[in-house]
Amino acid sequence: MSTTESTEAVTGVPFFLNGQALSANDGELLIDACERNGVHIPRFCYHERLTPVGMCRMCLVEVDTGRGAALQPSCMLPVTPEMKVNTETEATKRAQSGILELFLINHPLDCPVCDKGGECPLQDNAYAFGPGETRFVEEKRHYEKPIPISDLVNLDRERCILCDRCTRFSKEVAGDPLIHFIDRGNETQVNTFPDHPFSSYFSGNTVQICPVGALTATPYRFKARPWDLTATESTATVDSTGARIALQSSRDEMVRVLGVDSEAVNWGWLSDKERFSYEAANSDARLTEPLAKAGSSFDSIRWNNAIGQTAKALSIGSDRVGVLGGARLSVEAQYVWSKLLQGSGISNVDANIGDGIAADLVLGLPKTTIAEAVAPGSIIVLMAPDPKEELPTLFLRLRHAAVESGVTIVEITPTATSLTTHASLSIHPAPGSLGAVTEAMANQLFGTSVGGVDGSDLEAVAATIAKGSTDGSNVTVIVGRSNLAESADFVSDAVQSLLRLAPEAKFLPALRRGNLMGALEMGLTPEFGPGGNPSDEPGLDTEAILRAAVNGKIDTLLLLGADPIADFPDRNLVTSAFNEVNTVVAVDTFLTDSSARADLVLPAAGFGEVDGSFLNLEGRLSPLQAKVTAKGQARDDWMIAAEIAESLGMDLGFTTLDEVRSDLSASIPSFGAVDWDALGRSDDGPLLDQGRTWSVDFGSRTEVPAVDGYGLALAVDRKLWDQGTMIHNSATLAELPEQAQLSVSAIDFEKLGVRDGEVVTIESGSIRADVGVVADTGLPRGTARIHFRLPGLDIGELIDCEQSVTTIRVAR
Amino acid sequence: MSRLNTANETLAKEIIARYPRPKSALIPLLHLAQEQDGYVADDAMLHLAELVGVEPAEVLGTCTFYEMFKREPVGKYILNICTNLSCQLTGGEELLHHAEKTLGIRPGDISDDGLFTIEDVECIAACTEAPCMQVNYRYEYRLSTDDFDQVISDIRAGKRKDLPEHGTLGLVRQHIPADRLAGIESPEEAGTPDWFASRQPAPDESGKA
Ligand code: SF4
Ligand code: FES
Repeated sequence: MSTTESTEAVTGVPFFLNGQALSANDGELLIDACERNGVHIPRFCYHERLTPVGMCRMCLVEVDTGRGAALQPSCMLPVTPEMKVNTETEATKRAQSGILELFLINHPLDCPVCDKGGECPLQDNAYAFGPGETRFVEEKRHYEKPIPISDLVNLDRERCILCDRCTRFSKEVAGDPLIHFIDRGNETQVNTFPDHPFSSYFSGNTVQICPVGALTATPYRFKARPWDLTATESTATVDSTGARIALQSSRDEMVRVLGVDSEAVNWGWLSDKERFSYEAANSDARLTEPLAKAGSSFDSIRWNNAIGQTAKALSIGSDRVGVLGGARLSVEAQYVWSKLLQGSGISNVDANIGDGIAADLVLGLPKTTIAEAVAPGSIIVLMAPDPKEELPTLFLRLRHAAVESGVTIVEITPTATSLTTHASLSIHPAPGSLGAVTEAMANQLFGTSVGGVDGSDLEAVAATIAKGSTDGSNVTVIVGRSNLAESADFVSDAVQSLLRLAPEAKFLPALRRGNLMGALEMGLTPEFGPGGNPSDEPGLDTEAILRAAVNGKIDTLLLLGADPIADFPDRNLVTSAFNEVNTVVAVDTFLTDSSARADLVLPAAGFGEVDGSFLNLEGRLSPLQAKVTAKGQARDDWMIAAEIAESLGMDLGFTTLDEVRSDLSASIPSFGAVDWDALGRSDDGPLLDQGRTWSVDFGSRTEVPAVDGYGLALAVDRKLWDQGTMIHNSATLAELPEQAQLSVSAIDFEKLGVRDGEVVTIESGSIRADVGVVADTGLPRGTARIHFRLPGLDIGELIDCEQSVTTIRVAR
Repeated sequence: MSRLNTANETLAKEIIARYPRPKSALIPLLHLAQEQDGYVADDAMLHLAELVGVEPAEVLGTCTFYEMFKREPVGKYILNICTNLSCQLTGGEELLHHAEKTLGIRPGDISDDGLFTIEDVECIAACTEAPCMQVNYRYEYRLSTDDFDQVISDIRAGKRKDLPEHGTLGLVRQHIPADRLAGIESPEEAGTPDWFASRQPAPDESGKA
């Protein structure tokens, strides 16, 4: 802090605030400079993360720049040298009171039935600065009371004070300008185009920033009053961005999630999945007691019985046990499970459910932070799934970087993504050619097209990526699995080539699953132990575990919150494995496709019910805090592990979370310096020391498959709204997933000779399925895209993970 | 009602090409849509959104900001009768009542023959010629009730070829050759305009430039 202060003294802008000599930062807005110096100026339209517009005039203060004092909107005024500001004058007070009187002319006084009442900036400012009574006796403006503008958001136009926050957010931050000011003057209202709902993935943010009760969220409407709420700080666990949140509950029920402004991570924004999927925690479908399979249904059993049976199933012989999952768990629980499994000699453990990238890419590549990746002038290589669909809050940072900070985005993706319009270059290698395309770039071979990408495009992309070496630009590769129907080995190959092209490149792993980073760090992966130390005797990964199960070599399958039947790309392999194993034990919060087939189900405490911590894709540690008591008899994951250990006669040595944490800090060097008690106090969370210096073993390169001239190569990726467990069990979100569709390029569509949306039969090998087909300009010729886990089609049935790519034939 | 027809879509593309940013063409395009259908139909707005690459809500926002864009069908001729001060003193109100009685409609309505819609407007900037009226935004000055009747019967008789239908304001149909288009680079690329760059900086207190 002291260094910043001393620079401030040199570069600062001297000004006077209520007679006191102070200093502002260069270009700092007056409203911010005052706030930083302890003087709060009331405001409605101004928001630190949005462009100032000066819409509401609530922030008027008296400013004298040498020409006499005048009222000026402090949110539009950068501090200039020697500016004299007075926030206490009679004129300022009259202006504030006058503005509020004008606002209240049309604003209804329905505070007693308004969700915002009690935490409403208009209410608060009216109390603090308003006139106390109105001189307006005429009729107020009337509109139909709340109209739904999407499945999640309702708009009460009578309450709107036209601050432009929601509309600015949608346009500037989310890039979804689906709401707009309509009409003019006294008639002005916020609205959507008729029948075009505000179906933005980020719509919930507008509810949070609306300074009145004009925008309300369906899941929270009339659920609680603000003064009944208690809150704790935590982290969103639906993906690995690790957005910081405030978790609010009333009468031991989670009722709301708000975004917290973390400079390093989410800037206060959340996706609607992060914001609303807490609903699932309150669902009646939650598991509340241990269950044992009895015929085709379950009987509830006692915990000690469940623990005993699990211990027995795990002690069948360490190489005959396979463990899948762990990304749902807190870092602490992952550590305890990892210790338990290590102690039992079980090494067939994989938190990647065959739909991610190799663990060594995540743990071994040189890392960077989001902030460094998006620093002005940087270059970002997106070799990952569409971030808007899988890591939406990260998408907001990337979009901001491209639009506002002049960051160059280069895409190497199977299809166009939500960033394509902001990318300076996009190439879409045909499935199976990712490695070949990047290798051609590394070898500077631009004479011919590779994988459907022109030599000139390859050259342009290569030149941009190589800039890191030539002019020292910051190059970050966002690396992930963009195609579930294509072997993950191609990603490793591509990374290897990119490292030759840009040896200084840093990486951010695009991990979709919540705390997967934690799981890999804690050693829930076959090749590494806790702390990312390579194992001497690596176990099997998910695919190998499933194959071993099919071959009768695995007796017990333990699922740590994993749902492989739904998530593993090759449906036939995973169901055959489930058919073959003797015992399936699931530790879960819901009966999923997989846990419903388990022999034993252990109910775990879920999001909002456990204390612990979370490691995001940067390796940043943030807190998970319990806000409500766990459902029924559900228990913390780490306690379940500890009890199983005890039942196996092992002493892990922990009886409290603090003991787990000190053991963890003592045994994993990167956690050595973690101040666990301080976790909840900072909005950013400490970045773990990534001091490892070992290189990734890339192994041999994967052969590029031959192209089937009559077929289409399949690109399978995910949508934000899919049939995932949390979404499916959240009342308001469950209906959001769209029907599965087959998308093909316009040329391929024409060749098919079908109508838009017509149902066609697709086949791969001997498997067939029916699906509607549409043309999509974002697809290269020869590639067909289907989203995973949407209603109407189980595309996993057509994926055979022995094939490095999946090719389909389409018939009418 | 409908999207732009093929001829209008071609014209729309020509109009869009006149601007550095497609969405700058929205207002002339809205005129075009109104010319086609007599009002700006929702489908037309969806079409315009596609053509200029914005969300339909943004087209709606632009459209509804302007009184002269109608979102509901109106008569072929809009009669704007001014009842603001100068006109009121010289018989504007009477003129409005006369129009209502003659045509049998209230402001905002369409006459039975589909020809007329009356609007009661504020000052239309012709106070020296009060009372006045606009027919599809073309002026009629110092209007007596008899003059009004004459205008109506001339229109009915098809004698007023000078009045455009649906009030389209002409400029959408200008054809400007590509080499005569002015100022079509985007503001970001345009640099400092000459008139601005040539300005001398203001002298500071010591009198130096
Ligand atoms: S709805 Fe709320 S956020 Fe949007 S303009 Fe109105 S008051 Fe502002
Ligand atoms: S906060 Fe400054 S004008 Fe609204």
